[in-house]
Amino acid sequence: MAEMTFGKAINAGLRRALERDPKVVLMGEDIGRLGGVFRITDGLQKDFGPHRVIDTPLAESGIMGTAIGMAYRGYRPVVEIQFDGFVYPAFDQIVSQVAKLHYRTRGHVRVPLTIRVPFGGGIGSPEHHSESPEAYFAHTPGLRVVAVSNPQDAYSMIQQAIASDDPVVFFEPKRRYHDRGEVDEGIGLEGPGGLSMGAARVAVPGEDVTLVSYGPLLKTCLDAAVAASDEGVSVEVIDLRSLSPVDYPVVEESVRRTGRLVIAHEAARSGGLGAEVAASITERCFYHLEHAPVRVTGFDIPYPYSKIEHHHLPDLDRILDGVDRALGRPNSLSGLEEGE
Amino acid sequence: MQRVQGLGRSGAAGSAAPPVPELPAVPPMTAPELREVYRLMSSVRRLDEAAVAWQRQGILPAYAPLLGQEAAQVGSAFAVDRERDFLFPTYREAGVARTLGVDMVEYMSTHRATWHGGLWDAAEHRLAPIQAVVAGSVLHAVGWAHGQRLAAASPGDPQDPVGGLGVAVAYLGDGASSQGDVHEAMNIAAVFAAPVVFFVQNNGWAISVPTERQVAGGSVAARGAGYGMPALRIDGNDAEAVVSATRRALAYARAGRGPVIVEAVTYRRGPHSTADDPGRYRTLDDERRDAGADPLERLRARLLGEGLANEAFVAECDAAAAAEAEAVREGVLALGPRPGAEMFDLVFAEPTEELLRQKAQWRKESEHG
Repeated sequence: MAEMTFGKAINAGLRRALERDPKVVLMGEDIGRLGGVFRITDGLQKDFGPHRVIDTPLAESGIMGTAIGMAYRGYRPVVEIQFDGFVYPAFDQIVSQVAKLHYRTRGHVRVPLTIRVPFGGGIGSPEHHSESPEAYFAHTPGLRVVAVSNPQDAYSMIQQAIASDDPVVFFEPKRRYHDRGEVDEGIGLEGPGGLSMGAARVAVPGEDVTLVSYGPLLKTCLDAAVAASDEGVSVEVIDLRSLSPVDYPVVEESVRRTGRLVIAHEAARSGGLGAEVAASITERCFYHLEHAPVRVTGFDIPYPYSKIEHHHLPDLDRILDGVDRALGRPNSLSGLEEGE
Repeated sequence: MQRVQGLGRSGAAGSAAPPVPELPAVPPMTAPELREVYRLMSSVRRLDEAAVAWQRQGILPAYAPLLGQEAAQVGSAFAVDRERDFLFPTYREAGVARTLGVDMVEYMSTHRATWHGGLWDAAEHRLAPIQAVVAGSVLHAVGWAHGQRLAAASPGDPQDPVGGLGVAVAYLGDGASSQGDVHEAMNIAAVFAAPVVFFVQNNGWAISVPTERQVAGGSVAARGAGYGMPALRIDGNDAEAVVSATRRALAYARAGRGPVIVEAVTYRRGPHSTADDPGRYRTLDDERRDAGADPLERLRARLLGEGLANEAFVAECDAAAAAEAEAVREGVLALGPRPGAEMFDLVFAEPTEELLRQKAQWRKESEHG
């Protein structure tokens, strides 16, 4: 076990992947000598050379398309998108090409591509640097989409994503890059505890309410569980890890016990992961629900300027309020919503 | 009057940008090579005309004819090294596929609506699937080519090219050249010195919009200078000019010197696709004026005129082409729908639980339907 920051854990996982497989190459803007704008690839070009840690021109579609061609040629590219808001120029290459190539070539061409995207807000960034675009990709057949919430998962899941023969969009909560945590470096592609990037994890067991989240809000949800327990409410927190596909059996098992579901994410509400989880769980265990599923999310607004971003981002109070709603207790919407 | 002074790379006022390098020369084509190209062009012409007829007969839902582009397609594909190069087509490259030896029933499967992209093994035939996002695959060619450089830099790589790099050939048209991805591809290729040939078939029309409303400056090849990349603009209806230009470009890229543009100026004699109606945007007089000499007839006249082939050879090519088209027709007719389970099984290398669930649901529903 070693204590390391979230960012360092990804760096260490990338290093292991580069050591393990000579076909792994990292590509992105400023990832070489600079080590990336968040320093996630710090030192890797120095140790593995400019052929394996490649500084590219500033062209996200170009990077993505070039990475696809390298996959054709037998490589296992890991692309860094500098910030969430800059993944959109690569959207066509991801949706029309990355996601479909295995299918279109009847499996003759594999696309073992990992797309790393630092995402989410809360660090006072300028415009286009705080987005949560995960739902676009979770909606796209042919992609696996994951989000990591802690250093151990970051270290292990980046290796699993790279080892996957299918394309993986890998979301990293940039406001957690400096959080520290214990990392067992023995847990890589597989390890004790059955860690798998496809498996949801019960982060805190509980009995009264199931609180589902991923990425940057997981920590806030853990804090909410502690605060709720002070009021005698037992919250079970589930870290989805995988956003596509969602590991529904873990969520369903929990909701069958608690009868109450809250989903929290930073991304805008409409058409988001929360809607998908709420619908799927309702389909799966409707008669076990004691209350309609509750979403605690960002608003349906362009990401606000950072002076007021805290109004947009779900915080401890809003998540606790969501827990109150799921319990049918007095809450901020009491008297506002029909049926509340 | 205001004086504008240019800066060179050194920053010294007035110094010029470095000259774009010259491409190596190649020997002229031999008579057997010219005959082989003619044989292939005859085959492609017949197959292409047949495919249009098959669409009219209801055998194919749609087809994109290449009439008039036989020299550009056969010539460029004839020039590649089929052992080590890799080609990335758009949706109008039947002539390229035929020249590479792809099974034309597997090629036509995409027009038969049997499989998106075609049924052939892309890796084995070194031809990527058909691409309707016209600039999308141009970047893939750059990435494949950059992979060649990485392999060459890694001793012991089993695919380490001996005797020069494998070269990627990216096919694109005048319409695709408007896409941003083509700029990104050319820029990245030049920055990385990737061994890729951008083979542009400028056929005068992007569906209904003529080149002058599509390509500022009138030439895609002219952009090469901006990327420091050699570029050739050639008569794309002259088969030998196409073969020679592609060979020169390939030799340059194979030697590790970087990418090249070849712009083959040709003419789309037919409609954009079998669903198109050129009468709405050009007249028959326009077509007669602009099409120039037919590339197949040109090569035939040359072979006969220079005594490189005789009438018997031409007749033999025609007969072989007719027999081949008929065999492909029978193969296409026999192409039934693929097993529906493939819709689910081929999405991922490792299918997800959710997809298996949906597959089971589909099977149940379709069996009860």
